[in-house]
Amino acid sequence: MLTRPEALLRSTPAGLYSPAGDFHIDPVSPVERALITHGHADHARPGHQHVMATQQTLDIMGIRYGDNFAGTTLAAELGTVSDINGVKVSFHPAGHVLGSAQIAVEKDGMRIVCSGDYKRAADPTCIGFEPVPCDVFITEATFALPVFRHPDARDEIAKLIKSIAQFPERSHLVGAYALGKAQRVIRMLRDAGYDRTIYIHGALTKLCEYYQSQGIDLGPLSPATLETGAPQDFAGSVVVGPPSSFQDRWARRFPDPVSCFASGWMRIRQRARQQGVELPIILSDHCDWDELTGTIRELAPSQIWVTHGCEEALVRWCDLNGFAARPLHLVGYEDEGD
Amino acid sequence: MREFAALLDRLVLTPQRNGKIRLLVDYFRQTPDPDRGLALAAITRDLDIANVKPAMLRALVAERMDEQLFAYSYDYVGDLAETISLVWSAKEPSRVNAIPTLGDVVASLARASRSDAIRLVEKWLDQLDASARYALLKLVTGGLRIGVSARLAKQALADFGAVDVGEIEELWHGLKPPYQSLFAWLEGKTEKPASLAAAPFRPVMLSTPLEEPDYARIVAEDYAAEWKWDGIRVQLTAEAGQRRIYSRTGDDISHAFPDIADAMHFAGTLDGELLVARSTAESVEIGAFGDLQQRLNRKAVSVRQMESHPAFVRLYDLLIDGDEDIRTLPFAERRQRLERFVSDLDSTRFDLSPLVPYSTFEDLVALRRNPPHPVIEGLMLKQWGSSYVPGRPKGPWFKWKRDPFTIDAVLVYAQRGHGKRSSFYSDYTFAVWTGPEDDPHLVPVGKAYFGFTDEELKQLDAYVRNNTTERFGPVRSVRAEPGHGLVLEVAFEGLNRSKRHKSGVAMRFPRIARLRWDKPPIEADRLETLEALLRDSDATD
Repeated sequence: MLTRPEALLRSTPAGLYSPAGDFHIDPVSPVERALITHGHADHARPGHQHVMATQQTLDIMGIRYGDNFAGTTLAAELGTVSDINGVKVSFHPAGHVLGSAQIAVEKDGMRIVCSGDYKRAADPTCIGFEPVPCDVFITEATFALPVFRHPDARDEIAKLIKSIAQFPERSHLVGAYALGKAQRVIRMLRDAGYDRTIYIHGALTKLCEYYQSQGIDLGPLSPATLETGAPQDFAGSVVVGPPSSFQDRWARRFPDPVSCFASGWMRIRQRARQQGVELPIILSDHCDWDELTGTIRELAPSQIWVTHGCEEALVRWCDLNGFAARPLHLVGYEDEGD
Repeated sequence: MREFAALLDRLVLTPQRNGKIRLLVDYFRQTPDPDRGLALAAITRDLDIANVKPAMLRALVAERMDEQLFAYSYDYVGDLAETISLVWSAKEPSRVNAIPTLGDVVASLARASRSDAIRLVEKWLDQLDASARYALLKLVTGGLRIGVSARLAKQALADFGAVDVGEIEELWHGLKPPYQSLFAWLEGKTEKPASLAAAPFRPVMLSTPLEEPDYARIVAEDYAAEWKWDGIRVQLTAEAGQRRIYSRTGDDISHAFPDIADAMHFAGTLDGELLVARSTAESVEIGAFGDLQQRLNRKAVSVRQMESHPAFVRLYDLLIDGDEDIRTLPFAERRQRLERFVSDLDSTRFDLSPLVPYSTFEDLVALRRNPPHPVIEGLMLKQWGSSYVPGRPKGPWFKWKRDPFTIDAVLVYAQRGHGKRSSFYSDYTFAVWTGPEDDPHLVPVGKAYFGFTDEELKQLDAYVRNNTTERFGPVRSVRAEPGHGLVLEVAFEGLNRSKRHKSGVAMRFPRIARLRWDKPPIEADRLETLEALLRDSDATD
């Protein structure tokens, strides 16, 4: 057994690096060989020489950055072990967004699982998280405070449906990140019985088409452009777009919009108020506090490394509950996904 | 509790008045008694239940979780009730039928001592979800700040029952939570409840602004003129041993003005303007509006405040004379009765708003231009033959405000608006120059978010976006240099001294009068101009 896990994986300015296997995981600057957990822009960046990721993550990177986003690409099959310079590498579902994976690296009996971003709650748009036994578990900490307990996602979608009935003359503008959250909101609206055309911002078009091509039925979608009609045509409609677009001139075409934002941050009222959100939809693609602590209990690794988010609170919890934990202090992850 | 919590969650984040009313009306329609009435009372602050102190809540949460983790959480959220509502973990999952209703909560708290109350709160926290826990904690700590005034709640009741809001206001003070008789009437199930209150509020008569086409109507034979005093409109009523002071929207503000209430040795209902004034044998010295503000929005008032800022009412109408309702009499007759009535009152607290004699409209123009006191904000014109009718009929009463003050100021910050304006930078902070003439800098003096046309809003928005120097959340800093920037002509009704603002002044009712694209920023006004205006109003106090 390797004496120190840091020989297998350690944090460097470019991101997590494996000295034994000579590769990076989710590097923030261009490297020779990169393993990518999922397609969000802070984890999947262009310009690496060799990229290994799930086929769906590679497809998403191609959509976002064009076909030449890397020198060569290699699609990883979920659960299949490959060998990189004597290090065994395998990808496992993370439940974050379509194509997202945890990456397990193993050598001489030491296994580290880098979970990337993950969640345990059900999501009709991606495969659910698979617990992988390991010696070191690297966990995100985006919502690692006891205040973050995501409510049942279906109840949140029900709030939106109720508001559409209550304010039928207004349009509901739903801010949702372009990859993952937007498609999840749309799919969940369909599951809740909303079958009318949903209007989408141009930034969502290609990703929504890709989700549909992967068998995730999003129902009738239409671009939210004025060429297709007059402002009053949007009355009573649902419009989905990236949150930034609603502060833009783009949003002016809608009649008296109800501004909604689908995000885990919406749990905190002040966050909603500051952003001028009228209808917060608490819907997250990250673990909440109970999911984080539950996952650590379930895996019971001998070490936990905590990265991007509220590291100190999760480390404190680990201390109180007899788990060895330390913060990783990785930089450059901006939480695009929530 | 869940429906109440959901209502609060929406109300807090809904900026538009009509949106709030819609949410309230839907809630009244969907929620059974007594919950809807108790929710109404919670919103109008008429609910009297045991208070739980924040320290008791902190102690409670410390029994359940690590203090360090709570500290991280509180630090992040910033609001105690919200933090506790979110971090609370039930000992065991609660059964659906164990969730208390708002009625259960209020009834139990009404019977509980303060020490029992905290144990009840603990039990309920275990039974409720996060949103309902928040509503519960806000309810028991008495901090239900949700941006809904009592007036707005009454308007929602009026819409719910398709009646005039005046009818609600008239009934309001005779009713008690949970207002079952009121809801039954509004739903058409019973007759209108009889007004049970002693000394009820009588809806007030309001004026409309005098505009050019109506100038010809104003002749001395038809219209009496009075000064328009810049205080707050009050209705004083004393009958059946009750004395009440109402705001013009029917809020009972008697508790804030015991100095007036104590002097109300009369029977009847009077209409007048509440001012801060010191009455001596020779004259009445009226304070500026800023002095009156020292007495407003207070739950209790200290002896010292009553001495330094004595309240005074300048009377201009009589509605009930003894036990005789004279609202249908013409103004001329009411005025005569009023003059007799006032002569018997305590002259250190009350006096008569004098009529302003004039013979021609030109006289009025001159009077309006040069009022004899800074606390006058214009003229009131009242038809001699008009009876006292609630609401705002056009014709019987006109207000003719003096022209606003204006200054030229420089746009320095812009903030995104709400609702329809959420994609526009529509709230503007403006500044004037201060410091040495050869090296001046800008100091913000106010904020305005209306007064411009939709077309001007687009121009302003484009200007802000193209001249941003920094961004902080929804706010942008706008380029403002002596040679480059946008000058706004700002109109306002008056100035107060302010310790909260760096400039030391606060404007009343500021709005954008004109966009001065033509004017270089260095030619905007200096702070000294505003300071001189403040000194002018002090000098005549």
